[in-house]
Amino acid sequence: MSDQIRGSIAIVGTGLAGCGDATGFTEIEIAAQASMRAINDAGLKLSDIDGLITASASDFMPSLSLAEYLGITPSFADTNMVGGSSFVGHLLTAAMALNARVCNAVLVAYGSTQRTGLSRAGASKARSVLDPRSFEDPYNPFNPPTAYALATARHMYEFGTTREQLAEVAVAARCWAQLNPDAFSRDPLRIRDVIEAQLVCDPLTVRDCCLVTDGAGAYVLTRSDDTSRCKSPPISVLGVGTAQSHRQISSMPSLVRTAAVESGSRAFAMAGLSPADIDVLQLYDAFTITPILFLEDLGFCRKGEGGAFVEGGRIRPGGDLPLNTNGGGLSCVHPGMYGIFALIEAVTQLRGKAGARQCAGAEVALVHGNGGVLSSQATAILGIATSN
Amino acid sequence: MNTAIESTFNSASSYAPQATYFRALGAGRFQMQRCLACEKYIFYPRVMCPHCGGENLAWEEAVGTGVVYSTTVIRRRSGNESLVLIDLDEGPRLMSTISNCPPEAVRIGMRVRAEIEGEGERARLLFRVENGARA
Repeated sequence: MSDQIRGSIAIVGTGLAGCGDATGFTEIEIAAQASMRAINDAGLKLSDIDGLITASASDFMPSLSLAEYLGITPSFADTNMVGGSSFVGHLLTAAMALNARVCNAVLVAYGSTQRTGLSRAGASKARSVLDPRSFEDPYNPFNPPTAYALATARHMYEFGTTREQLAEVAVAARCWAQLNPDAFSRDPLRIRDVIEAQLVCDPLTVRDCCLVTDGAGAYVLTRSDDTSRCKSPPISVLGVGTAQSHRQISSMPSLVRTAAVESGSRAFAMAGLSPADIDVLQLYDAFTITPILFLEDLGFCRKGEGGAFVEGGRIRPGGDLPLNTNGGGLSCVHPGMYGIFALIEAVTQLRGKAGARQCAGAEVALVHGNGGVLSSQATAILGIATSN
Repeated sequence: MNTAIESTFNSASSYAPQATYFRALGAGRFQMQRCLACEKYIFYPRVMCPHCGGENLAWEEAVGTGVVYSTTVIRRRSGNESLVLIDLDEGPRLMSTISNCPPEAVRIGMRVRAEIEGEGERARLLFRVENGARA
């Protein structure tokens, strides 16, 4: 089955809007701006879009809202909401819809004004009413940081992962952000700055936690045999896999092993590739522990060795394994759900359009999205079309 | 208290798993479901067994002992709060807080024992670190 998907669809356009601070704009306004940029980048017209996939942490019928706003009536729409992993996993849904010829051009879009728009305290209160977690709420967790702090503490306990190793993830992200003029946080950051920052949930400090920004992203997909009508070089979807293990952190089977083991093996199997084939990685970095977990679970190093693996500049600019080259969710952009921004950065690298942060000769990229509290995992392997 | 879950349309609400759990907790009892097919314990309470799909579940009194699986300190303006995951000796894991120890002093591997704070709808399951029982 999976070899029917390998290489069958391509990303033909991407767009960003309102990243950082979108004061005055609504979520759907920046989502629609990003959508138009992606459609224009593809060389398509709005009327060509007959498939729409989106997800939202606030709008409970988001594909209806965005289609209405754009003035389109898609023949296929989907809103699978699995947090930050959604917009990576949507590649799988889109591939099935495109290959079944239910539609011919799929727009995937997301926008959030969580920094300047919605009251986060108000949203959090509303969510606790609409979506109670009856066996966790009585202990008042400050999620998501509490859940990721629990995973970090357990990883340190089982494997001896150090505070310095965790801080290196944040510092490396900042080094990349300093090469990206569009990144939100570009001030110098040292290991001790991360460790000595305000604690949020032990052992995580505020510098171990992702940014809270606004931002919108969008991309357009067509079948690979249908890209001649598009103007930008198509980026082939070589492999994609999704997996989930729980919803609440108290139901996670092991805090040091994520379902990225399964999503990654599915994606690599579909692509017929292995970690050694990957030129550039975008690993969802909501917290410093997450890239360490995903490097292990995706097979770039052995379980428990992720902390040591990121040391010595390996993931910084100029290192052996370029990771989160836009500055990631820790230093570039993180509007509630980051997955679509990781995917767009991978496409930018494969197109050779990443400017000062460009990884020379990058032909194959891995994007990994994480959702919930390490709950949902989605892995995609993308390649320039000639490597298909 | 061997009340297998009714699965008919007219099942009495008195058997609703979550309400049954909290009603017992409010009366000072920590109960847990056990699957009559695979004999595994289940937490949080459900209408079926997530281990094997069995639909015949019985309520048992929980032993109430376990070990800290992970721990954090939530740093709030109002003060530091303990939040832990406990692995119960019967198997299931749950979220709770440590009531008798500074949050910063809680360690993974500590032996703990359940206690119930409050009563009625305000009842909460908490854990105390057992004396001298450091990992």
